[in-house]
Amino acid sequence: MLHIKTPKSMRAKRALEKRAPKLVEYGKKTLILHGTKTSNVLNSVLTEIYHLKKDNAMKYSRRNDNIRPFESGGETSLEFYSLKTDCSLFVYGSHSKKRPDNLVIGRTYDHHIYDLVEVGVENFKSMASYSYDKRIAPLIGSKPFFAFIGEGFENVEELKHLKEVLLDLFRGQVVKNLNLAGLDRVYVCTAVSSKKVLFTHCALRLKKSGTIVPRMELVEVGPSMDLVVRRHRLPDESLKKEAMKIAPELIKKKEKNVSKDAIVGKIGKIYVPDQEVGNASLPYKPKGVKRERREAKAAKGEEKHAEKKQKKQDEAEDATA
Amino acid sequence: MAEQQENFEIDLGNLTAFDPQHQFQSIPDNREDLVKDCIAHATKLIQAVADNLFSLPSTEDASGPVVPLPQPTTKLPREKPLPKPAPPTKWEIFAKKKGIQNRKKDKLVFDEQTSSWKRRYGYDRVNDDNDIPIIEAKMTDEPGVDPFAKRRSEKKQRVEKQEKNRLYNLKEAAKVGALPSHVQLAATALPITGTQTAPRKVGKDELQNVAGMAATSTASGGKFDKKLAGEKPPKHDKKYRKFLPVVEGSGMGSLEKQQSDKILNKLMAKNSHEIFNVSKAVDMYNVKSDKKRRNQQGKSSTMSSKLKVKKSPYKNASKGSSKKGGSSSKGKSGSSSSKGNQSECSFG
Repeated sequence: MLHIKTPKSMRAKRALEKRAPKLVEYGKKTLILHGTKTSNVLNSVLTEIYHLKKDNAMKYSRRNDNIRPFESGGETSLEFYSLKTDCSLFVYGSHSKKRPDNLVIGRTYDHHIYDLVEVGVENFKSMASYSYDKRIAPLIGSKPFFAFIGEGFENVEELKHLKEVLLDLFRGQVVKNLNLAGLDRVYVCTAVSSKKVLFTHCALRLKKSGTIVPRMELVEVGPSMDLVVRRHRLPDESLKKEAMKIAPELIKKKEKNVSKDAIVGKIGKIYVPDQEVGNASLPYKPKGVKRERREAKAAKGEEKHAEKKQKKQDEAEDATA
Repeated sequence: MAEQQENFEIDLGNLTAFDPQHQFQSIPDNREDLVKDCIAHATKLIQAVADNLFSLPSTEDASGPVVPLPQPTTKLPREKPLPKPAPPTKWEIFAKKKGIQNRKKDKLVFDEQTSSWKRRYGYDRVNDDNDIPIIEAKMTDEPGVDPFAKRRSEKKQRVEKQEKNRLYNLKEAAKVGALPSHVQLAATALPITGTQTAPRKVGKDELQNVAGMAATSTASGGKFDKKLAGEKPPKHDKKYRKFLPVVEGSGMGSLEKQQSDKILNKLMAKNSHEIFNVSKAVDMYNVKSDKKRRNQQGKSSTMSSKLKVKKSPYKNASKGSSKKGGSSSKGKSGSSSSKGNQSECSFG
């Protein structure tokens, strides 16, 4: 017999239900980790990424000797942490002679590594080095704009991949309704060459333009850095197919026979099926009679009925006569 | 709704604009200048997104205009697999068959004994058996049986039965991998969030396989190992390779030939259009040209026969040799002419 464990408190149950697979998912959580060694630059890069994503991220401060995302066997504890913290995005920083200031951004599916991009960080400028009016500073958890510039994001496979990962990392939750007053940040990514991407974070100012659409003004608030693509690993084709699945419940079926008109409103077509009056079954269904007899009666019933009636009528006529 | 506007790809669901065409006139050496350029261009992109965004129908909220966003067009992967629908429980199957529908019941019920409202289930409930101090004896009662104890044990049995049914239903759900998220199997320490399956019992076949593998580690392949009680010799589940007799004969003897014929036929059928007997074609061509020449000679025989006889073998030989040597070059230089040859041959 299976031994089954259920949570003892309602709170524990809720916590477990939060982690369960859902039809419509919330935003992905991000796990931020350090490798065996991290440089000063990388430390601040990781902290600032954490600051950008503070509402939906988790930062581990200890060094991890046994995490090497690209090597087989090096992902075990990473996948464990992903399961433990319920994070499906991770940013892993490490610094070595061969790959200085190395940042591995990856995604997991079902708590197994889905894909990986490795970038080197250059020309890092932290948030603290920018001076601007603090009133326009973006709020935590606001929905960001993205601007991707450069043909590299379309032609170069690595950059195409990086674009998708960056979008997934920073876009936050998918929302149905958006408050336009809350728009206050922009991520700008520019493919400078086939390897290098310029990444910067700007605050957004909505200025009056005289029309409905305000004039956008970007103020750089940092962090800003150059990302040099190193290694990358695309998802397995079958895994990708599974991860991209959309629940059949969410796919809208085309509404048949209904159209909308600006003036009249909703217009519907109704098709009345053939009524088949001849085949309609009569409500008279005697019960308590053996089935064979009942069926025989149903088969012959009507004729007999008619005959009987006729007979009765004849009798009645006789009687009157 | 990836709209094309000044060749920007806009994904309103993600508030994303992508300009694949933009190229910098000259990448400035100074990084700050480059960033400035980027931001200037990004402003254009964001403005394009905003144009689309602010044109959507909005509703006024206390904090600002709220706009319904379309679904994002950029497809990004899910973080966990889709939840699987749980299989119906035995009761649900039964209820569906019978057409029983769930009706909401009030939590509180009026208790006539105490003339007060009480809970339907649980502590201090309506018609609680435990509240009854006296059970009246019936004629059918066996003497010496405690009716209170009997009722308690019956209740216990009912609870046990229900627990058994519940476990059965959970087991069925676990088989499909659709356990409710708050239920976890004891063997898995961490919460089930995705596709963790219950630990399986090792089957008979698997054990046999393991035993077979262990046997191969000895030099004799496990031939002289001590057999356990009930252990069978390992099965050879692959086919043994059979060799057909090489010497030709009838029956089995002809099989070899048949096999190779079959393969050959397959190969020939594949390349049949390429088969072209060069020597035969050349022969035919020569014969034809000879005939032509002879006909011509018959018509206009003005020259002396001696000269002709002398000339013709030399000419013929030279022509034949040139034909053979030049056929390849001809094929290279003009494929149409060689093709013409082919067709002629086939007709002739």
